[in-house]
Amino acid sequence: MSDEIVWQIINQDFCSYKIKTLKDQTFCRNEYNVTGFCTRQSCPLANSRYATVRNVNGRLYLYMKTIERAHTPLKQWERIKLSQQYSKALEQIEERLIYWPNFLIHKCKQRLTRLTQVAIASRKLALKSKDEERRLVGVKPKVVRRETTRERKALAAARVEKAIEKELLDRLKSGAYGDKPLNVDEKVWQTIMNNMRSSAEGEADEDVDEAEAEDEEESEGEGEIEYVEDEDDDDELVELEDIENWLGADVATDEEFSDSDASSEEDSDEEDEDDQSSAKTAAKRKRAGASAKPRKRAPRVEIEYEQEQARATNMQDTAW
Amino acid sequence: MPSRKTKGYKKRKTSSVSIPKDALKSVKNKIKRENLLAKVRDEHNISKHKARKERLKMEASDPELKAERLASNIPSTIEAMRVYDETVNVAAEGEDEFEEYFRDKKPPKVLITTSKNARGEAYELSDQLIDIIPGSEFVKRGHKFSMKEIAKFCNNREFTDLVVISEDKKEVNGLTFVHLPNGPTMFFSLTSLRMPKQISGHGRATEHSPELILNNFSTRLGSTVGRLFQSLFPQTPEFVGRQVVTLHNQRDFIFFRRHRYVFKETERVGLQELGPQFTLKLRRVQRGIAEEMEWEHRPDMDKEKHKFYL
Repeated sequence: MSDEIVWQIINQDFCSYKIKTLKDQTFCRNEYNVTGFCTRQSCPLANSRYATVRNVNGRLYLYMKTIERAHTPLKQWERIKLSQQYSKALEQIEERLIYWPNFLIHKCKQRLTRLTQVAIASRKLALKSKDEERRLVGVKPKVVRRETTRERKALAAARVEKAIEKELLDRLKSGAYGDKPLNVDEKVWQTIMNNMRSSAEGEADEDVDEAEAEDEEESEGEGEIEYVEDEDDDDELVELEDIENWLGADVATDEEFSDSDASSEEDSDEEDEDDQSSAKTAAKRKRAGASAKPRKRAPRVEIEYEQEQARATNMQDTAW
Repeated sequence: MPSRKTKGYKKRKTSSVSIPKDALKSVKNKIKRENLLAKVRDEHNISKHKARKERLKMEASDPELKAERLASNIPSTIEAMRVYDETVNVAAEGEDEFEEYFRDKKPPKVLITTSKNARGEAYELSDQLIDIIPGSEFVKRGHKFSMKEIAKFCNNREFTDLVVISEDKKEVNGLTFVHLPNGPTMFFSLTSLRMPKQISGHGRATEHSPELILNNFSTRLGSTVGRLFQSLFPQTPEFVGRQVVTLHNQRDFIFFRRHRYVFKETERVGLQELGPQFTLKLRRVQRGIAEEMEWEHRPDMDKEKHKFYL
């Protein structure tokens, strides 16, 4: 293909190496381009006679192509390693491009100059960055953006203040601040101490109970099941079914409610049932529940265990 | 920073009543159609809120229901989907450079300095760091000595840690911690720095040595980082000061905060921020004093969203 046709296509039609700028200037991305401009003279595709200087793995080469080798693209480019001495390299270019157009000779020399300057600058930078503190890292906008968004999301997920509060409370309650902490108000510390004591006692009770339970083995477990059974029906009811049963026995519940402040399971059942029954009764019972709640919920755990103990000694004494 | 609604949050919202957009298509008049849609949306909203209120009531009367809901409705967070790491919560192996600090219980002595040619923010931050870390000293950096030489001088003067604030274009962009005498050296990038005066309602710090909270440092590398921070502070905090320094690790970002707290009730803690705030991210861990590279953050480590190193 003649150079003229190639250039016609590149210039008028399309070239993938061509970049148009906002100003009326076009650049060329082809690595063989000696000037970087998209012009007839410096186009490496539309000139069958062309010369350029390139940096390959840190060494500079003079690349030349002539029309005689145009039919073998594999061997199209002839390359000559240039000397690392700038002046010698210039001489080499002059010698090799002796009968070539002045434009190419001049541009090749200019490119050689530029590439040697770049090499010197990069060597200097490399030397500087050997200092262990300074480290030159490219700033990639995409990475920066990604990290800022991830940081923002991590901060939202962290809930830092909540985490701090939780940790501080944990420390306070676990007694990490000692017996007489200086960083807590006395009232607050008293209540916490009381809580800690009661929970410790509760645990101790539990231990005793467990020991007793082990002694008596299965008999106690059976007792518990029995008192759910008394309400209605089957042994193997799931909780949900229990609720349904409660719905059926609506009238009974109210009596049950006042009577049985001992049984924890029933309490919960009743509350479940409250939510699902008709609005009026629900409202009524909820009021009752609300008034009964604080009284019942606080001793709930204890009473359950006490009952076990009581049953162990005397079955008929229980509130049931 | 205010948390924005993320896509995942939107997806999770499931409504009991779907909006019948297709049915509205038959209405030809655009204004009417819009009004109708708005009406439907409004109803949908109201019903949703009603349902929520009802649920709240039910749960108030029966805490078990709430427990059940919370147990069944577990959001799939990035933390929950974390890639398995074999070193999570495993006791550390091998030599421990911070052993001396934990064994001798000597108060740490920290030297704070800046990078070469620091001008702006680095000095402000160094003032803050002196406040935060009890028993720390600031020395102005000339351009004569390298970090290794400074570390050597510190060793002669029995410093236990060296902190170098690095600055670029008058902005602080990193912190280097060198544990003396035998390392390791850790470099963190520093972002979103806010000085106390930029924090609204900030308090004024006292000179008491603070408590330290280190959250979520779970892997072996993470625990090393945690120990590094621990070794900067005295082992016995002064609780009278009610000051707490927090380093909270979330998805490899370490959030630094400083607060004064007060236990209001048994379940409530009041916090007043003292500042500064900043976010650290671990970039390099080196053996000794900036010698052999032990761990380095590479950009391709970020490709996997659910893999965390701390």
